[in-house]
Amino acid sequence: MRRRLMRALGMIALALGMVIVGRGPLYAADGSIRIGSFLAVTGPASFLGDPELKTLQMYIELINTDGGVNGRQLELIHYDSQANPKNAVGFVKRLIDQDEVDIIIGGSASGETLAVMPLVDKAEVPFISLAGSIKIIDPVQKWVFKTPHTDRMACQKIFEHMQGEGIQRIGMISGTGGFGKSMQGQCQEVAGDYGIEILADETYGPKDTDMTAQLTKIKGTEGIQAVLNPGFGQGPAIVTKNFRQLGFEVPMYQSHGVASKKYIELAGEAAEGVRLPAAALLVADKLPDTDRQKPVVVAYKQAFEDRHGAGSVSTFGGHAYDALFMAVEAMQRCQCSDAAGVRDELEKTAGFMGTAGEVTMSPEDHLGLGLSAFRMLEVKGGDWALLD
Amino acid sequence: MLKVLASPRGGGLLVLIVLIALLPLGFQNNFHYDVAIRVGFNAIVVVGLNLLIGYAGQISLGHAGFLALGAYASAILTGSHDWPPVLAMLTGAVGVGLLAFVVARPVLRLKGHYLAMATLGMGMIIAIVLNTESQLTGGPDGMSVWVSFGVAGLEANTPRQWYWLVGALLVVWVWLALNLIDSPFGRALKAVHGSEVAAEVVGVDTTSVKVTVFVVSAVVASLVGSLSAHYISFISPQEASFFHSIELVIMAVLGGMASIYGSLVGAAILTVLPQVLTAFEDFEHLVFGLVMMAVMIFMPKGIVPSLGLWLAGRARRPGGEAAP
Repeated sequence: MRRRLMRALGMIALALGMVIVGRGPLYAADGSIRIGSFLAVTGPASFLGDPELKTLQMYIELINTDGGVNGRQLELIHYDSQANPKNAVGFVKRLIDQDEVDIIIGGSASGETLAVMPLVDKAEVPFISLAGSIKIIDPVQKWVFKTPHTDRMACQKIFEHMQGEGIQRIGMISGTGGFGKSMQGQCQEVAGDYGIEILADETYGPKDTDMTAQLTKIKGTEGIQAVLNPGFGQGPAIVTKNFRQLGFEVPMYQSHGVASKKYIELAGEAAEGVRLPAAALLVADKLPDTDRQKPVVVAYKQAFEDRHGAGSVSTFGGHAYDALFMAVEAMQRCQCSDAAGVRDELEKTAGFMGTAGEVTMSPEDHLGLGLSAFRMLEVKGGDWALLD
Repeated sequence: MLKVLASPRGGGLLVLIVLIALLPLGFQNNFHYDVAIRVGFNAIVVVGLNLLIGYAGQISLGHAGFLALGAYASAILTGSHDWPPVLAMLTGAVGVGLLAFVVARPVLRLKGHYLAMATLGMGMIIAIVLNTESQLTGGPDGMSVWVSFGVAGLEANTPRQWYWLVGALLVVWVWLALNLIDSPFGRALKAVHGSEVAAEVVGVDTTSVKVTVFVVSAVVASLVGSLSAHYISFISPQEASFFHSIELVIMAVLGGMASIYGSLVGAAILTVLPQVLTAFEDFEHLVFGLVMMAVMIFMPKGIVPSLGLWLAGRARRPGGEAAP
């Protein structure tokens, strides 16, 4: 009897748990426009999600004090996916079914974005992703947009620069994490378009602490004119150090994955002379005054750093800025917030100047960025310098 | 069947059936079904894991690996090779069973930390393979599962259908598990937990018992992996991650070791809690940690066994007076 009671109690606890979750929409409808978001605020990709969330919160607050959009306040509903696709799927179901959001801005990582795409497509909710992979917009899905440039564009920008330098034969060393792996594939695909041959193609694990072996192999390959390292996190910093230790005499190209001050800090002296493509935001102050993008990136940088400290700005938060304002401007243009209306308007975005570059969308292009979105940079004196 | 339900062993089962049947009355939308389905999936895995950890006293920090293998087997076989979902699921389960069997013999000879290390290593190897074999698995970005799960023309598509499917499977599996631990095999498991030497002395084939329960729990994880792959329509190598394995173990420990219903409670709490705690925003993880710590400090045996002991204690002292 007692045992039965105890079991019953356990079951009641379970039921209670369900009831607590089931309190119904936490956010009562009060005429506000609801922006749903799932971001990797904690976990391995927190460097993406954290500035993204801060950006959304800051600007939604600013927009609301200015009277909102179309006379309605914005309301942010966000969940922390920890970059886990399974969590993301759960939270997107919650955003759609329970919170009944008008638009979703989120998905810090590619995996979680790809995981939720079938859901938003079925629910017909406009979704602006903040993740990099080209698979998000190619092939185009009706309800899915994205703001960050793709890996393919980074490869193209790098190869374009190499072409200008007369480099034709390169060695590549890629991380096996999601970012490195995706970019490695994209670079292999487009290298031919720029007459570039990848003579050595090495990889390293995301947690490896020494890449001397792979680099030695690249160094021993005849005719290498440059080394390209698609990768993310601390891997590229180690590659850069090992690269210098081995005394390479060819230039090193990094990807936009290391476009943060952290990389220069980690790699130290070894980073000198490293070239990489990056968004204009990184060199906001160094852009010429004639640059049309300058006012946007300088203002964003200023606003973010005023609130979160000097040097805290990152391109990732910029992706969220672009997504939010693209959505807000679409809503203002159509004077609507219904899913279909906003989606159609988003697709008509033209000449939008964001932190990533100028965006012009079309039914065939849900990214709308050109190669000019990237600037080639070189590390000089422990800071970024514009190459072109 | 009625007789079974009326028995002490069946009492809890009856509560479980009633609960599963009545829960949908409180559901307002698909999200609620979604949470319930996830609880069900986790509960099934954790009941299996608890047979291994709680009853046989062997730890596994690699069960997420088995789960992921089942999921990928289903995803790849139904996706690229057009296999029927059930066949793919069973093939995955047989494969995982074989793998678990091969791994179990050498691994289960280890004890304590060494066993934990070995299973942890196995889980990590699976995660690395899933991450790097991208032609097959889609790599770190994961892969979509487009095929709906179904048997003989009956397909599970809506959250409601999935709920009943998972609910039914959970009831059947709990019933099987309850019977298992009350059988000679179950007593052998507990004997192994108590003392392997003593168990051998009384004629228990300890190796075979440990290997069997390891394989059973792995196969169950694999089956759930397959089902959840179809349900979520997407899988990524994070399924096999170390943290997922740990999460499953925490569910077993939190609910109560060597308690089938504890496994259900543990799975329910750990699945539902993160959804509830989102209300705390930035303090979500802090509160989560506090809840975990509080449970482990005040209920070291896990929620269900601790509550059971407490109730038993109260019953012995009617009116709250001290026992003589």
